Amino acid sequence: MTAPIAIIAVLTLAAAVTAMSLRNLVHCALMFMAALAGVAALYLGLGAQFVGFAQVLIYFGAVAILIVFAILLTRGTEPPREPILSKAWITGIAIAVVVFGVLSAMVLSSKALTREPGPTPQLPVHQLGAQLMTKYVLPLEVIGLLLTAALIGAVVIAMHDEEGG
Amino acid sequence: MDQLLVTLKHWLVGLVPSQYAPFFSALLSVGAIAVVFPALFALTTLLERKGLGRIQNRYGPNRVGPYGLLQPIADGLKALTKEDIVPRPADKVVHFLAPLVLVVPVFLALAVVPMGRHMTALDMNAGVLFFFAAGAATELSVFMAGWSSRNKYSLLGAMRAIAQMISYEVPLILASVAAIMAAGSLSTTQIVEAQAGYWGCVPRWFVLTPWGFAGFILFMVAATAESNRSPFDLPEGESELVAGYYTEYTGFKFALFFLGEYLGLFAVSGLGITLFLGGWHAPLPALEWIPSWAWFFAKLLVLIAGFIWIRGTLPRLRIDQLMGLAWKFMLPMALVNIGVAGLWRFMPGGWERWIVCALCVGAAYLLLGGLLSGGKVFAKRVYRYAD
Repeated sequence: MTAPIAIIAVLTLAAAVTAMSLRNLVHCALMFMAALAGVAALYLGLGAQFVGFAQVLIYFGAVAILIVFAILLTRGTEPPREPILSKAWITGIAIAVVVFGVLSAMVLSSKALTREPGPTPQLPVHQLGAQLMTKYVLPLEVIGLLLTAALIGAVVIAMHDEEGG
Repeated sequence: MDQLLVTLKHWLVGLVPSQYAPFFSALLSVGAIAVVFPALFALTTLLERKGLGRIQNRYGPNRVGPYGLLQPIADGLKALTKEDIVPRPADKVVHFLAPLVLVVPVFLALAVVPMGRHMTALDMNAGVLFFFAAGAATELSVFMAGWSSRNKYSLLGAMRAIAQMISYEVPLILASVAAIMAAGSLSTTQIVEAQAGYWGCVPRWFVLTPWGFAGFILFMVAATAESNRSPFDLPEGESELVAGYYTEYTGFKFALFFLGEYLGLFAVSGLGITLFLGGWHAPLPALEWIPSWAWFFAKLLVLIAGFIWIRGTLPRLRIDQLMGLAWKFMLPMALVNIGVAGLWRFMPGGWERWIVCALCVGAAYLLLGGLLSGGKVFAKRVYRYAD
């Protein structure tokens, strides 16, 4: 692991931990955005330009703003009174440890670790687009259908009744 | 002459030891952007006030220096020396960070705009994508400013601004997709190269094709809305919201918001020039002796003059008209335009292609306009006193 990647990884993790531990929900959302930006920086550091920019555009520009809107429209931003540590944490931490254990066991036993790393593939964006339009056209269409369905659903929910104006 | 600035940069880079050369080269490019565009910002504020003054039958600034030319310097000094006031209930950290989160990504976005032959600070494979990704951070800054001020007008202004920016980002990106398709690349340099050459003596700019013309108009309207300029200036409508999301900003922080807004305008105009107006290419073969960077900045100033003109002419939209325009008119129009661009690509060249594509765009425009106005016929407006 090179130094820049390590620094970005530490910063991303720090932002994620802060996002969980702050009291004010809007601060949490802002730190969560910092963590998302860190993930985008990781992609860029690994040479995946397209994925990195798509991450910023979608998660930073759309998903995060959506979260902020949801926070502001549904509840007050005053921090709650109850203490931040609660009994639910014990179960949560236990589940997290188990999941982490299973995942790391799988990763450590995988053959990919012993394989020699090949040359870094140079993947220009137009090649990515051509692949999406030929080999992976079915998944692309399915995602498009799913998003259209979600969009129509959102419009139906948001639509006013006629008499209500 | 054309390569004067590039040669100068290469000469300067040659002066430093070779291990520092890449760093120094990047520093020079960044330095040039960080000097030229704020200077252009100062000039534009003056031009805007003068131009608006002329439109409204008054002089505009004319006290500082000859013809008021030194007004930007006076404004800058005023902004620097004013007291910085932060409201007591404000969220101090977020309130402080918001102007920075606006200005930094805007400078990043300017880095991918080609300002002349071999004059792109950051020539990357996915340049246009980088531009839009950097632009996504400005919405965050608007939210941070509006929320952290703890002021209802600020928060309302920020909500309006974010809703407007998200809505107009869709037609903005879809309008540029047509140009990206025609050039076959996301790299800004290659998009400009795809518009080189002439049909006879008409330049091969995308704006001179039917889909390019429609795309350019859509792009510029969406760009006006993205940069919160009149007639889309609801987020900071003075008569309703004081100054919107930057009501609680004073002194230099306010100046930073102002700077960020204008630099965003330059960046998005620069992208419009790159995508549709042939970048730094000259409009006529006989004019190619004028350096490429001069053409880029000339086009930029013409677009800015257009923005000032529109600001002085059109009244502010209502919020439902604003959203209706984005979602009901510009979005379908941009989608049709992408289809027409594809048709243009696969039809054999010649005047038939031109007519068919122009008919498609025109029919879509008339049909959408007719559907949205609901068959209403608008008579000539009658004025009681002004006639």
